Amino acid sequence: MRWSFSGPFACAAENESVLDGGTASRFSFHLNISALRRMKRLLPFVLILAVAALAIGGGAALYRARRETVFAPIPNEKADANPGAIPPHFRGAARAPVVLEEFGDLQCPPCAMLAVLLKKFEEENRSRLRVVFRHFPLAMHKHAVEAARAAEAAGAQGKFWEMADLLYENQPKWSKEETVTATFEGFAQKIGLDLARFKVDREDNQLLGRIGLDNQRGISMGVTSTPTLFINNQRVPQQFMTDQGLRDAIANAANGKPPFPAP
Amino acid sequence: MKSNTASSSQTQPPVSRGRHFIYIAAAVLSLVGLSETTYLTATHLAGAHVTCVTAANCSQVLGSVYASFRGLPLAGLGALGYFAVFSFSTLAAFRFPRASTLLALTVGLMFLTTLWLLYLQAFVLHAFCDYCLFSAALIFLLSGLLIATPAPRQSS
Repeated sequence: MRWSFSGPFACAAENESVLDGGTASRFSFHLNISALRRMKRLLPFVLILAVAALAIGGGAALYRARRETVFAPIPNEKADANPGAIPPHFRGAARAPVVLEEFGDLQCPPCAMLAVLLKKFEEENRSRLRVVFRHFPLAMHKHAVEAARAAEAAGAQGKFWEMADLLYENQPKWSKEETVTATFEGFAQKIGLDLARFKVDREDNQLLGRIGLDNQRGISMGVTSTPTLFINNQRVPQQFMTDQGLRDAIANAANGKPPFPAP
Repeated sequence: MKSNTASSSQTQPPVSRGRHFIYIAAAVLSLVGLSETTYLTATHLAGAHVTCVTAANCSQVLGSVYASFRGLPLAGLGALGYFAVFSFSTLAAFRFPRASTLLALTVGLMFLTTLWLLYLQAFVLHAFCDYCLFSAALIFLLSGLLIATPAPRQSS
């Protein structure tokens, strides 16, 4: 056996031996500097490809997971209640242990105040809370149905919550207007909706039907005013409709306890 | 063997330790940006709600007309930008010719886009999105790093 070194990282082992009747077998192993250099030049491309694969794979997995949250059914549906519009509008984790269902009217000022509070709760309970919105437009509010229609038409383009947020934020202004059609179209443009489609969808009977279905669910659950909340299908008593009361109820439900203490 | 080493150092100028560190830092920062923009792109395409971390009105920004460009979510373009930054900084760290120039051009373009998006948030939408602000901070940091990059060492 003969070993030869031709560089700091390069060595060659040459094994010459007579194995069978004088036939010479030669094994050579080369790990020289030029091979290392070739590998080194390939390394950045390997890294880049790995990051590209990770980003695409991760993005696809995330897309599937997020899509699931959009279409997952609501657990703990009240068996005897009218199911309401399917799928309902909701935010939050698909398998959250706490489902907070709101029956709201987009022209109702306390609903607008509650919307701010609910966002805070969503941020505090990301994986634990799912907030569902049900339309319950009240006859006393002149533009409530039109606001609900606008939100549904935005929902048809995947932007229900963006429209609902805008409607709540600007509620004091548009509530006083005589006609709100142009104002709502302005909102639609602001959130990047296809305006022509928005105008058509706003009059669509199927989307209008969703508002009626939510309303029927509310009636079947004994809702008479807005906002009315249910946490895991248990109606939130009036005395718990406070920042702390709701926070405690969500925490209790998340820990598998009844949301409210027994009366 | 000697001649090999000599020819290699002619095509690949030596990268100083400072420059090398900056390219690695840029690659790491771009990975953070890539993760963030990938999350935003996937959420946008899925039609799901983006959970805001601090600002309550980020959906007003992410749901605005400026959040997409010719039907493509802007976050997706950001992801491509960050991927380009990662690729060029990795190649620059491995002394590939022209990679540092391409890196500077990409970061410069992203810097200008960030200025435009900040203007839109401040003066047009009157709302800020924490994801956008975080991304802006990353771009500013990347730009600062590249400005602070020491001049290439002259090979003798």
